[in-house]
Amino acid sequence: MLEIKDLHVHYGGIHALKGISLTVPEGKIVTLIGANGAGKSTTLRAICGLVKPTSGSIVFCGENLVGEKTTTIIKKGITMVPEGRRVFPDLTVHENLILGAYARQDHQAIEEDIKQVNTLFPRLLERRDQLAGTLSGGEQQMLAVGRALMSRPRLLMMDEPSLGLAPVLVQDIFQIIRRINNDGMTILLIEQNAKAALELADYGYVLETGSVALAGTGKDLLADDRVRKVYLGES
Amino acid sequence: MTRKNNYLYTLMAVAALAVVVAWAQTGLFGLLSPWDAYTVRIMNLCAINIGLGLALNLVNGFTGQFSLGHAGFMAIGAYTVALLAMSPAVKQMNFFMVPLIAPFDKIQISFWAGILWGGLLSAFFGFLIGAPVLRLRGDYLAIATLGFAEIIRVVIINVKGLTNGALGLKGIPVYTNLWWTTAYAGLTVLLMVRLIKSSYGRALKAIREDEIAAQAMGIDVFYHKMLAFVLAAFIAGVGGGLQASLIGSIDPAMYKLPLTFQILLMVVLGGMGSITGTVIAATIVTALMEILRFVESPLTLGAIHLPGIPGMRMVVFSLLLIVVTLFYSHGLMGDKEFSWDLLFSRRTKQGVTQ
Repeated sequence: MLEIKDLHVHYGGIHALKGISLTVPEGKIVTLIGANGAGKSTTLRAICGLVKPTSGSIVFCGENLVGEKTTTIIKKGITMVPEGRRVFPDLTVHENLILGAYARQDHQAIEEDIKQVNTLFPRLLERRDQLAGTLSGGEQQMLAVGRALMSRPRLLMMDEPSLGLAPVLVQDIFQIIRRINNDGMTILLIEQNAKAALELADYGYVLETGSVALAGTGKDLLADDRVRKVYLGES
Repeated sequence: MTRKNNYLYTLMAVAALAVVVAWAQTGLFGLLSPWDAYTVRIMNLCAINIGLGLALNLVNGFTGQFSLGHAGFMAIGAYTVALLAMSPAVKQMNFFMVPLIAPFDKIQISFWAGILWGGLLSAFFGFLIGAPVLRLRGDYLAIATLGFAEIIRVVIINVKGLTNGALGLKGIPVYTNLWWTTAYAGLTVLLMVRLIKSSYGRALKAIREDEIAAQAMGIDVFYHKMLAFVLAAFIAGVGGGLQASLIGSIDPAMYKLPLTFQILLMVVLGGMGSITGTVIAATIVTALMEILRFVESPLTLGAIHLPGIPGMRMVVFSLLLIVVTLFYSHGLMGDKEFSWDLLFSRRTKQGVTQ
């Protein structure tokens, strides 16, 4: 579904991505793991068109994404749950959800999708008219995911959904990701919580300082010695 | 409370306002206006300031882009209206140093067309200046827009053949009356309410809250900022034109930063992002501007004699601003809005409990 080939990104003089290639097959969960500064978020930002790649190709369902505007890319069916949730704090939960469907024109279907999101996250229905900034961290993460689903994406990209959440909530979030995936959603997941991410994912890539160090199925990577030492903290 | 009732209340309020305006402006059914010309003039200023305040709130409050270029747009509107609506004879009297360039020395068009041109030209300049400066954020945007307003003022001082330079323009025909100003304020309120409730309004607020997230939702951030900026420039241009035709004379010194600050004061006092707040604060501040004139006149308290200090009013407003930001950090209204439901909420609640 998504094919990235030899992607290079520079921030000023810094060479942030040094030729990354990866594939996200339809209906699968693919995860990118790696330490801070490995280039995980940059990869997502490049796919979304928020940063311009220096070279390389990004192809989504046969269409080239490099050089397209973010607005166009989102209309093609890619949505990102940004790092740190980034809900709109002074808008209500309901308004946040409606904004998620901003790129869509089918108003009746939007109402139905809000109902669907509310069944997925009953909490959000309870808090419908509350300002998003007053929600707890876990609820905000639910809202961020719900908001992303409102655009009816074909590919959902999540940037560290477990960041700053209590361990119990992290489990919840990963269960939700699993559920959304079971409904047929393709997911590209970025995580620092390598163990949880690899257990969940069909396929994983380990990034190190801007390039792919290892790739394999989630199980293979979990069993890999280097991954165990560096990312899972085992000796 | 049904939606139909709310429409009815709104219609009734508009009708009541129209009666008041008619009474104040020309008298009603033989009853003379209960207010003197001075009071009516303040009412006019209130209405103009409501429109100007809402325009600034659209950019600063709803879209979250701190712009200080309001005086510049008002100047463009004011000079356009003056040059288009003055008769050739009055123009000749004004331009005794440097003659007015053709074709402006001969033409005179109707007031409403002049107002429209003032708004459109201001919007055009908003578009020109917006393209580069709206890429800036926060303080940098404020500085750039402030610079723009100053450039407009300096250009007006120096293009003597078009603007009469520092001498300004006198004898602008006074067409502005309560009908004009109330319609201006009313239409601006209506436009703002419709805009803010639409998906455009939600997009503007999303940009204010979090630009990156807004972009990730597929909102074209730059387009929406531009839309708000150009619309605000149009409203400010029209307001500047109405004000020029109310006062009857303009000069470049009027359009300095304090003018923008005065409008900004209304927006901040009322609440950034509240239409209701701006309407209330614009009315209060405009009225206070007149009521507080006594603090600038010489004062004798028993044996102590205080000479009049010009500018004391602004000290009072500064104190007011400090007090309001300390105790109501989001302004009088925050981002809340007036609604009939809110006004009658007590009755509705009782209805629910019964």
